Amino acid sequence: MDYLPQILFAIALIAGIGYFARNVKKLMRNIKLGRDVDVSDNKSQRWKNMTMIALGQSKMVKRPIAGLLHVIVYVGFVVINIEVLEIIIDGLTGKHRIFSSAGAIYGFLIGTFEILAVLVFVSVIVFWLRRNVIKLKRFLSSEMKGWPKNDGNMILYFEMVLMTLFLVMNATDLKFQAMDSGNIISQHITPWFSNFSEHSIHLIERTAWWLHILGILIFLNYLYFSKHLHILLAFPNTYYGKLTPKGQFENNEAVTKEVKMMMDPNVDPFAAPPEGAETAVPAKFGASDVKDLSWVNLLNAYTCTECGRCTSECPANQTGKKLSPRKIMMDTRDRLEEVGKNIDANKGEFKDDGKQLLGDYITNEELWACTSCNACVEACPVSIDPLNIIMQMRQYLVMEQSAAPMELNNMMTNIENNGAPWPYNQMDRLNWKDE
Amino acid sequence: MSELLKVPTMAEFMAAGKQPEVLFWVGCAGSFDDRAKKITKAFVKLLNKANVEFAVLGTEESCTGDPAKRSGNEFLFQMQAVTNIEVMNAYEIKKIVTTCPHCFNTIKNEYPELGGNYEVMHHTQFLKSLLAEGRLTIEGGQYKGKRITFHDPCYLGRANQVYEAPRDLIRKLDAELVEMKSCKSRGLCCGAGGAQMFKEPEKGNKDVNIERTEQALETKPQIIAAGCPFCNTMMTDGVKNKEKENDIAVMDIAELIANAQDL
Ligand code: SF4
Ligand code: SF4
Repeated sequence: MDYLPQILFAIALIAGIGYFARNVKKLMRNIKLGRDVDVSDNKSQRWKNMTMIALGQSKMVKRPIAGLLHVIVYVGFVVINIEVLEIIIDGLTGKHRIFSSAGAIYGFLIGTFEILAVLVFVSVIVFWLRRNVIKLKRFLSSEMKGWPKNDGNMILYFEMVLMTLFLVMNATDLKFQAMDSGNIISQHITPWFSNFSEHSIHLIERTAWWLHILGILIFLNYLYFSKHLHILLAFPNTYYGKLTPKGQFENNEAVTKEVKMMMDPNVDPFAAPPEGAETAVPAKFGASDVKDLSWVNLLNAYTCTECGRCTSECPANQTGKKLSPRKIMMDTRDRLEEVGKNIDANKGEFKDDGKQLLGDYITNEELWACTSCNACVEACPVSIDPLNIIMQMRQYLVMEQSAAPMELNNMMTNIENNGAPWPYNQMDRLNWKDE
Repeated sequence: MSELLKVPTMAEFMAAGKQPEVLFWVGCAGSFDDRAKKITKAFVKLLNKANVEFAVLGTEESCTGDPAKRSGNEFLFQMQAVTNIEVMNAYEIKKIVTTCPHCFNTIKNEYPELGGNYEVMHHTQFLKSLLAEGRLTIEGGQYKGKRITFHDPCYLGRANQVYEAPRDLIRKLDAELVEMKSCKSRGLCCGAGGAQMFKEPEKGNKDVNIERTEQALETKPQIIAAGCPFCNTMMTDGVKNKEKENDIAVMDIAELIANAQDL
């Protein structure tokens, strides 16, 4: 017996999965560069959210057309991948269609896969048309030029090719066709090859089989470089998503400590620090680079599908401001990748590259355009919170750089001096009663 | 008329050795902004009518810190929060009602961690509960059959999932409630949030309040109802910009209810 195909298959499998595992490790390292936050609370609600939002796609279907198509591709992807299990066993053992002994059940399963493959193919074409012919506005923004645009299309081509290969593989599998069970779609493709010799048909079948599994392995490894990473990260991301009301912004703990100290009547603000007391290094307030953000923010960035639902709901973006919440997420991810590559290149140590998220990626103008309305958070199908990043960066601008727009500085001075954002005296606060 | 308003302060309650049912948190806009003061008074009239024993902090109230926090000045926010919490805890406040969704959100969600735990209600929720308890009745009056559209304040709607209380009250006026194409969880911001109220907008091709006003005008309303003093300002400006101020009124829900009963 010739073991060469099995050996080649095993090598391809190990290489494919190995490279993927390496990148997953890198991904986790990069995410952990973020500030630690405790998200260990309320596990049952978190599981529920993950089940509903990631598994159940509950937010996707808020936009019915895209939602339905996405559900088809998603279900197709998950279900057809059961077939990959058989392909792997076949490849490693040299058996052919090892599960086919299951008879009618097998026929039913493959039949389902075939129908799904066609549905996925059609959906993917509609997706492609939406991006390239109908030109939906949210796919044309400035942050979608170049790689993001190509990436979006690449995934669609990948899917089309994989689905075609799957159907051709079945159609040219004469033994499978002879079983005449489950070949619900492929039986109509088989006649296309009727002029071919049995040998060529077998060759086509083998080629399609190999390209299919190699394609899947390549696709697996493409994920890391693509917005398609969301098919994996949507699960942890929805699990770790925000549980508190959207309007509740977290209170900065470092600030709470300082405020407590200032308000404590027992602390003499002018006293010298007690001998030997550790003068705590003042934490940096807010975020100017990815490492200041929380790891959940960074997980968010890697999860972003670049769908632009956030941006299309954003009042600032709708009225022509530079702010796009999708760009905030993409910038965060791109900067994090840059930091990660820097660490790789410098033997595990980050060497200052004179760059940061603020300024080099996200401008003050974008940050100041936000109305904190939460429309982006509400719209995101995978529980990403761009607003949280915007607010941390505003904190840095104001508390570290005193770089708020002048009118806001005036407003804050008013609050400080008279307890209202306008220059009215606090003692006049009840005057309305007698006016 | 205004001398009829009964607005006792917490200090007065304290001096009399009594606790009010609820603290009315007036807020900065409600205290100082000319338009918002009318909302404050309308709400007080309703409280008086329903014989609610409420109090205000008066000169002891200070900004919740919301605009500071949303601007990024967490320091100033927490200083304001801690000061307000100290005052309210000293008075042993349990329950708060406010006509401002920003105050509502901040006190309800961001104060607890800093030591301020209260039951907080938006005035539309509070009015609804008065109605349910039979302490207040709502009549359609002059608003019967009028086309009213409701603009969801971000900090009431999306931020805290309160969508129905204001709508229920509008329906009680026997008015025709018409929805904008983006409403409830997809409601468009008026443009004031995140401290935008206090600054010029960034460069763009339109102001947010104009965009939102256009959406409201699409419903051909006679009245645009609001539940937030800042939204009210933004929408009023938008309506003026469209030169529709003679046909369309921008009104707070409390004003609608008070006016309907000629209070
Ligand atoms: S919260 Fe800010 S970024 Fe998000 S939609 Fe509203 S204005 Fe846009
Ligand atoms: S943040 Fe969410 S809504 Fe926005 S582009 Fe990314 S996945 Fe889409």
